[in-house]
Amino acid sequence: MTPSAAERMDDWGRRLAPFATVLVLLFFGLVPFGVPGLPLIAPAGTQIAVFYWAVYRPDLMPPLAAFGLGFIQDALAGTPLGVASLAFLILHGIAVNQRKTFVGKPFLLVWLGLAVGALLAAFASWALASVLLGGVIPLERPLFQALATIALFPCFSWVLVRIHRGVVH
Amino acid sequence: MREPGYRFAKRLTVPLRGFARRFVYPLLVLGAFGLMILGKADLILIERMRTTMADALAPILSFMSEPAVRVADAIEAGRELVRLREENIQLRQENERLRQWQIVANRLEQENVQLRDLARLTAEPPSTMISTRVVADAGGIFVHSVLIGAGAKAGIGKGNAVMTSEGLAGRVASLGDRSARVLLLTDLNSRIPVMLESTRERAMLAGDNSHQPRLLYLPTTAHPSAGERIVTSGDGGSFPPGLPIGVISDVGALRVQPFVDFNRLEFVRVIDFKIEGPVVQTEVPRGRERR
Repeated sequence: MTPSAAERMDDWGRRLAPFATVLVLLFFGLVPFGVPGLPLIAPAGTQIAVFYWAVYRPDLMPPLAAFGLGFIQDALAGTPLGVASLAFLILHGIAVNQRKTFVGKPFLLVWLGLAVGALLAAFASWALASVLLGGVIPLERPLFQALATIALFPCFSWVLVRIHRGVVH
Repeated sequence: MREPGYRFAKRLTVPLRGFARRFVYPLLVLGAFGLMILGKADLILIERMRTTMADALAPILSFMSEPAVRVADAIEAGRELVRLREENIQLRQENERLRQWQIVANRLEQENVQLRDLARLTAEPPSTMISTRVVADAGGIFVHSVLIGAGAKAGIGKGNAVMTSEGLAGRVASLGDRSARVLLLTDLNSRIPVMLESTRERAMLAGDNSHQPRLLYLPTTAHPSAGERIVTSGDGGSFPPGLPIGVISDVGALRVQPFVDFNRLEFVRVIDFKIEGPVVQTEVPRGRERR
């Protein structure tokens, strides 16, 4: 029996949910709320979401999606194109390569994986942005952002688990 | 009905998927580096990809930023309610002071018109002004720039000055149809010809991604004092002279505290002073720009 149009729409909606969560977090990171400090925390959410979905639903977060989301991020944020794509791909690569280590294992291990990924991504983006923009960019802010990503991982993944169970299945 | 097509697609995609799993990731990593190199080469194609994406998503960001501004306003309103009385008294005093300034300004304007007439100075070309909303602000981790919700269709041009009521915020660096990117004066790549307001000594205001840009090439004979006002010099022809920028905050390191509060950029005015200066012209690279 072929699924009805409504069912298919529903299915597509569920399949797009991981991509959509990252996109929404990405927008939230860019919208000027006028709250100092928020732009530092919100981008952390996008990295966490890419990592989370790559670990638990790699079929719904293919590397191409991570690349595309990075492209959107760079295009809107004004950073050199390719930098955020690479950062997302680093997190994606770690998540997918070490999936067996993460799935069904204690949360702390997943957290450690994200920490390594976030720090690597921060250093890579910082080094590349410095080269591409033609000047040494202070390291504090990307480093702070990576630390915020690591610190906020439990909060964001709590929400993502709810979306995972409630919407994506 | 869709069965044969589906089966065919499946027969095609299964081996393709195996191939994809192995090669897509390294190819995408290479693609990311490719984008960086092409972007560094300053290709118009890359620039257009970026502005197209910004144009497409600017309406969504603009839509989202409206409630965002409301939330920020509500928080601010709550804060203000607490010190309403105190602020009222302050404002009344300020109002009185400003009214006196208004009288002075009116008189000076009259005088200015008369003097211009006397000296037969040609009038400055009329400038056009567009007010617009900041729709995206990356927060300044790597770049200090914002996306605004109006572009070439609204009459904005590359190199236009971007101001708030406090002073100069930056200039339009790249342009789409419905959006434009503003390079803030704190950005690593921002260079603005400025002068000390009192002594008219020239310098270059160079951003370095910190909140306080630095003064470069200030003559050693100049002895600026803390709190000295910095304005645009008009050199290089990108801005008219006299736009307020900030005050010197650190005399030793020659740092400038801008008047604009970059944490609270909500609305900006894009001003086209109709100056066709050399800086604006050199920004059009080697005739690649489409006319």
